[in-house]
Amino acid sequence: MTESDDVWKVNRERDGQAKPFESNLPQAGPVGKIFAPVAGFGVTMRNFFKPTVTEQYPEKKVAPMPRYHGRHQLNRYADGLEKCIGCELCAWACPADAIYVEADSNTPDEQYSPGERYGRVYQINYLRCIFCGLCIEACPTRALTMTNEYELAGPTREGLIYEKQDLLAPMGEAMLAAPHPMVPGTVDDDYYRGDVLKVVEEQTEWVRENRPEDPTLPENRGMHEENPEHRRSEHSDARLNVARHQTANTASWRGGSI
Amino acid sequence: MTATPEKAAAVETVSLTIDGTEVTVPKGTLIIRAAEEVGIDIPRFCDHPALKPAGACRQCLVDVAAPDREGNVRPFPKPQASCTMTVMEGMVVNTQHTSEAADKAQKGVMELLLINHPLDCPICDKGGECPLQNQAMSNGRTESRFIDVKRVFEKPLALSSEILLDRERCVLCQRCTRFSKEIAGDAFIDLQNRGAMQQIGTFNEDVLNFDGYEPIGVAAEDESGKAFSSYYSGNTVQICPVGALTSAAYRFRSRPFDLVSSPSISEHDSSGSAIRVDHRRGKILRRLADQDMVVNEDWITDKDRFAFAWQNLADRITRPLVRGEDGELHEASWPQALAAAAAGLKAATTGEDAQGAAVLPGARVTLEDAYAYSKFARLALGTHDIDARTRIASDEEQAFLGATVAGSGLGVTFADLEKAPAVLLAGFEAEDEGGVVFLRLRKSLGRQQVFTIAPFLSRGAEKLDATLIPTAPGGEGKALAAVKGSTAASEALKAEGAVIVVGERLAGSPGALTQALALAKRTGAKLVWIPRRAGERAALEAGALPGLLPGGRSVTSASAVQTVADAWGGTLPTGPGRDAAAIVADAAAGKVGALVVGGVTPSDVTGPFAEALERTPFVLSLEVRRGEVAEYADVVLPVAPPSEKAGTFVNWEGRLRGFATAIPTDAMGDHRVLDLLARELGTDLQTGSVADVYAQIAALGSAAKGERPEVPKVETAKVDAKPGASLVLASWHQLVDEGALQEGEPYLAGTGRTAVARIAPATAVAAGIADGVVTVASAHGAIELPVVVTDGMADGVVWVPTKSPGSWVAQELGVEPGALVTVKGGVA
Repeated sequence: MTESDDVWKVNRERDGQAKPFESNLPQAGPVGKIFAPVAGFGVTMRNFFKPTVTEQYPEKKVAPMPRYHGRHQLNRYADGLEKCIGCELCAWACPADAIYVEADSNTPDEQYSPGERYGRVYQINYLRCIFCGLCIEACPTRALTMTNEYELAGPTREGLIYEKQDLLAPMGEAMLAAPHPMVPGTVDDDYYRGDVLKVVEEQTEWVRENRPEDPTLPENRGMHEENPEHRRSEHSDARLNVARHQTANTASWRGGSI
Repeated sequence: MTATPEKAAAVETVSLTIDGTEVTVPKGTLIIRAAEEVGIDIPRFCDHPALKPAGACRQCLVDVAAPDREGNVRPFPKPQASCTMTVMEGMVVNTQHTSEAADKAQKGVMELLLINHPLDCPICDKGGECPLQNQAMSNGRTESRFIDVKRVFEKPLALSSEILLDRERCVLCQRCTRFSKEIAGDAFIDLQNRGAMQQIGTFNEDVLNFDGYEPIGVAAEDESGKAFSSYYSGNTVQICPVGALTSAAYRFRSRPFDLVSSPSISEHDSSGSAIRVDHRRGKILRRLADQDMVVNEDWITDKDRFAFAWQNLADRITRPLVRGEDGELHEASWPQALAAAAAGLKAATTGEDAQGAAVLPGARVTLEDAYAYSKFARLALGTHDIDARTRIASDEEQAFLGATVAGSGLGVTFADLEKAPAVLLAGFEAEDEGGVVFLRLRKSLGRQQVFTIAPFLSRGAEKLDATLIPTAPGGEGKALAAVKGSTAASEALKAEGAVIVVGERLAGSPGALTQALALAKRTGAKLVWIPRRAGERAALEAGALPGLLPGGRSVTSASAVQTVADAWGGTLPTGPGRDAAAIVADAAAGKVGALVVGGVTPSDVTGPFAEALERTPFVLSLEVRRGEVAEYADVVLPVAPPSEKAGTFVNWEGRLRGFATAIPTDAMGDHRVLDLLARELGTDLQTGSVADVYAQIAALGSAAKGERPEVPKVETAKVDAKPGASLVLASWHQLVDEGALQEGEPYLAGTGRTAVARIAPATAVAAGIADGVVTVASAHGAIELPVVVTDGMADGVVWVPTKSPGSWVAQELGVEPGALVTVKGGVA
């Protein structure tokens, strides 16, 4: 006899005769007892006549609510300059430590955003992101917002760390790709106030001179028909293949320049 | 250490009440400091404990009541600045915590400060560690009532290539200008203009708006022109309470919350300044001064602050390299590389016709590394041929160091320098070669007589208000001997606490150190040797010199050799070793079997070093970067830079300056690599860990009586100042130059002084030189530099910087200071 058997025996002896199980639920009457075996199908059958809620994902995609917290997007001003100034307030606000930013100085030759500072490295690690939206609240220039895109799964961990080019908003119709100078006569404050509404000729000229092949130039538009969706997946593939310098988890920093 | 004769007078104290708390402080204390004593924080911007009170920002206003003549405590009619008012017996102070008036005043001041301060915190480098940001939150109004347009300036204004000024953000606290004037003595920036347009800047005629009138007089100028060319300018960035001053190197690089801060010690000079290393993901982003009141106080040099990029340049090596059959270096595993190194060293040290090995550790070593090199040379290689002094050096210097410096513990300290009523500098430039030593000396400006034995009055010496004793290199011995009788210097040095500072360059002047010892004896002044590099003193303590064993023991003392041999459990080689110059010369003649080279930069070494490396059959290099030595090396073993290892620098005071690993990597310090290598050679050095080395050094102690080398007695050399074509070469390293540890930092390099050649007016006339470019030539080569005719300079001397742009003396001229060179006008 094992010890536990002994304990059970003692308990049985203490409680006297073991009593048969009695349910606390109300007992069905005689008719109820007859239909009991098929009563369970009642719920199923009732739902035959109700509208269906099942979504045929992924065959049929349904748009989420307008303010759904999906993948982030780094926005641009109307002239194509980036809104991100690399201030790292998003990274500061992030409770999951999912955002990594490195800033740098804009130069006359490489002006990415209005003012002196731009975000050179911008990474969001979607393995960590909890989509709380605190980064959006923290952003002082509304550079970072959230899209409705929710398909954020992938075969590799590296692939789920989105780089700046993956997060940047697609170029609008009349935008000119950065880097290019600010609208002449404006300062960064004019951009922040929303006073810059379109690309001006000087900016187009500058890009024409420095990057004549740029696909966002008016004369080059339409030559490379680009699907933003397609563009991002290209980058994703590149991410899987190319050895990477900077990820949130690896320390391949040694000897390399960031 | 001598005790001060006057007893410390009982400090007179004053009692007052701050926020209802009774506090007793020494008389003359400022209210803001007294409040700190009892943990009451008063907001402030302009106040800094190391600077004189200014009362510029008005943020520290408090309510003060003080007793009048009858003893009635009567309140001041208006709030007072607590950073300028000293305490008084019976005073009652109410800060913003207890007084509504003080709180209202502070909020009002904050509102006024913020009127013109831009709200660009997201792009400002100070964001997150900004006193203005913090105090605006704690002591400011929640809403701004200012609705007009803010004042704007063009930004940033580059004060130098490194220091950038955003005038919009400036709150005119004048910390930077006060630092520049009071501490560094480089008054390159100051307040300009008045009222709302008041701003900080360099001398700028556009800002000052002379309106056609020329400024009266000439601004103090130097060779660099108008820039904010100070060796200490980085400190202004650190003390700026807003983001007005930023450094180009750190601009927009990171945020304080990104950074991991590790305390460390600077590897750039022999002062051992305390620094804070801020790094992110294994990469150093900036270094700041750490407060250490006994060494560097609150300040460090720009070199300490900005020169850290060298550690992680693209040529950093992390894997051992072994030269293969094809004559190229290939990456190898540690066991392979150690086996190859051991085989090469064994071949050179064993066998009948073995020529033996020699070790050149370089003088950038920590105490642990120096000890390991010393033990490795003696036990594993069986030679005394080890010398860390790959600079101008002599046997006289070695005897001087062994007899008076090595193993002597803490001698003259920074505090002694500050208190000294008179200081004589010989072969030592406080600003260029001493770094923070200069700041300590300058702290006593006006209370201290400074004499300098130098070819001319350098800018650093000028700022110390030093009296020049014009001396050509080689004549220092004679000049020291002449300090006697009733000369001003002799009289001054007789005062209690006077100090004679000798630099490493005196080694090049035969008899000078002998004379320095005699002078110290004659006047009773204390004598201190301040070398340039961080590892000089450690190398000395650890016996990384041919004639010295650890603790200042001489290799010629039988008992000293026996003590060390017993402690190490082996036999030591007999007879003294060769010094660095002899090793290099012999190696170049093909008479050295193997060379073990540590952190030595070939272009710093006078003599045929490249040839020596070329002709030596086996060269082992222990390096952080794949440098010039690696081109000749058969095996290169990677070692850790200071930020990736723990260790101890010994500063010139003899103070141990231990530091922990800032960035943990798998890189090993020299001592550990040598330990592994010695095992491969069949010797156990037991230098694998810092603790092991420490225990051994502690057990060894310093030399017993009679074990030290004899005090040197060398005749002073006769210098014949030949007028005419041949001039005596004078040279020293400027603080910011092209040293190997300053590579990869162009912004810092831009603040260095322009390289010029200097000659005395009479010499210039004799040589027919007026201005323009001159060619300084030796038998080996020539350098061309713009010439500056310097008043008061010793005749028959030409001075050039040792390793500044366009002036690499060791490499181009191939001679040491004191040699004769020719100087001709124009380009050769």
